[in-house]
Amino acid sequence: MSDTTQQDNPHGEEGSRRDFLYLTAAAFGAVGAGSVAWPLIHQMNPAADTLALSTTEVDLTPIEKGQAITVMWRGKPVFIRHRTEAEIEAARNTDLADLRDKQTDEDRVQKAEWLVMVGICTHLGCVPLGQKPSDIKGEYNGWFCPCHGSHYDESGRIRKGPAPTNLAVPDYTFLTDTTIRIG
Amino acid sequence: MGSGERKPFENPAIEWVDSRLPIFTLINKEYGVFPTPKNFNYFWNFGAIATVMLVLMILTGITLAMHYTPHADYAFESVERIMRDVNFGWLIRYMHANGASFFFIAVYIHIFRGLYYGSYKQPRELLWILGVVILLLMMATAFMGYVLPWGQMSFWGATVITNLFSAIPLVGDDIVTLLWGGFSVDNPTLNRFFALHYLLPFVLVGVVGLHVWALHVTGSNNPLGIDTKGPQDTLPFHPYYTMKDTFGILVFLIIYVAFTFFMPNSLGHPDNYIPADPLVTPAHIVPEWYFLPFYAILRAITFDVGIPFTDIVFVEAKLGGVLAMFGAIALLVALPFLDKHPARSARFRPWFKIAVLVLVLDFFILMVCGGKPAEGLWVPLAQVATLYYYAFFLVLIPLFNKFEPRLDLPPSIHEAVLSCCSKKKQCCSHPTEAA
Repeated sequence: MSDTTQQDNPHGEEGSRRDFLYLTAAAFGAVGAGSVAWPLIHQMNPAADTLALSTTEVDLTPIEKGQAITVMWRGKPVFIRHRTEAEIEAARNTDLADLRDKQTDEDRVQKAEWLVMVGICTHLGCVPLGQKPSDIKGEYNGWFCPCHGSHYDESGRIRKGPAPTNLAVPDYTFLTDTTIRIG
Repeated sequence: MGSGERKPFENPAIEWVDSRLPIFTLINKEYGVFPTPKNFNYFWNFGAIATVMLVLMILTGITLAMHYTPHADYAFESVERIMRDVNFGWLIRYMHANGASFFFIAVYIHIFRGLYYGSYKQPRELLWILGVVILLLMMATAFMGYVLPWGQMSFWGATVITNLFSAIPLVGDDIVTLLWGGFSVDNPTLNRFFALHYLLPFVLVGVVGLHVWALHVTGSNNPLGIDTKGPQDTLPFHPYYTMKDTFGILVFLIIYVAFTFFMPNSLGHPDNYIPADPLVTPAHIVPEWYFLPFYAILRAITFDVGIPFTDIVFVEAKLGGVLAMFGAIALLVALPFLDKHPARSARFRPWFKIAVLVLVLDFFILMVCGGKPAEGLWVPLAQVATLYYYAFFLVLIPLFNKFEPRLDLPPSIHEAVLSCCSKKKQCCSHPTEAA
């Protein structure tokens, strides 16, 4: 866009120059609006104090074989079940072809007797039943979500109903043989 | 809008204002002499009734907000305090809670009126679409309002509905975290829902303003669905329809007040008087009755959509349910463009008339299904009802465009109203004349 061509063809050159100015002005405006909008959107994401509550330590010693406890982690229930040999056996012998979300039991536990999962149905977020001995455990002897009828097996894998995936396994580490830290 | 010819007012105070801001001229033009078809039936009351309910909800809502505490630890308690200690708090809260139900009753009847008499058709498409926007805003507002008491149904309803967004591929979980402001429904969620529940009704007022504006450009439809052809077809809005609307509003409010005083909890769920507990899900989570048909559609999709006999899945059941539910509303937006039949009113559409009445029945069936646990025969019933809902818009309406006959339309509203020989309606025949 030299001055000479502008003089040669003032109207055409003037037009494209105007277009260029419109485009750059609009682009700057869009970037400006975006950078103002971002804080207003991002404020809705978890705040620093909410993020700070993101680990929980659990002592496993009081849980007998066959029992389960529920602990809170990030405002959500986490299921910890001390599984019996029969339950582990059943979970390991499941044919992968029968599963909607194919995952072996070995992939879902660090120690076979301890199953640790987020106790939130992957359909629409209800808490499945099956933690108390008196609860309905569903058709696969694991957990049953009463909201929309999802059945989970001994490994927390989805077997029947609308939920798309297995109960989530959170990040956790064994600090000692009988203590875990979730998160 | 412009400063065209303005007739001066006799009252000097009114004239002083009107010559500077012609608001009295506007009111007179739009609500005084506004030409309105003279053959309205009582279905045409429900726009006015819905407006009254909106005003009532805003008034009771603002007064409730003066006593409510939007914090997870205090919300439930503050609502109980409103019920027990605040002067007339029980009345204001029951008016607000039942007012939501009656607002939806009015709006659903208003939508049915529009469907049955073809009010969505050319030239009122945008008017209709603004109406659907109003419905969506109402749904969002009502949902967030129901969360505020922080009972078990509040908490778990919020959990289930916000989790709908997790069905969106790739970004779903991030969106849900953004909505929650945490990793579950908790205090940040309650806080923002309160802010939005306070805001959205005023947005609603704005869209209602556009809806009424669009109405006053095209003029009202009428039970015959034919255009007005001149002054002989219309009446001035005041006093004819101000009176008729007032009468309808009073009858409606009598029923509403009867609920508010004598059975204020009959439309709610008792579990919402249990404080929210994130560790215990109620056995049956049910939304408020006005969401049940859409909830039934959500739950009707229990199957993945993919290539049969393989593991290839295009749409998982969860996403499918969410799409079907939002699609049910989206179909309403598309309706003016799907329906090309030349007659507006179902009175002159023998097939459409049956189909639309079956759709109403279908809506009630879905409502019942939505309130039942998702098991046994309720699941296939909801699936069949969902199928009909979709087929009405996507199969029947296009078929009617091609094949449905149109009964003879009367030449004008005036002649239809005056003629005693109109086939079914003995509209103005006096017994003596008939004899």
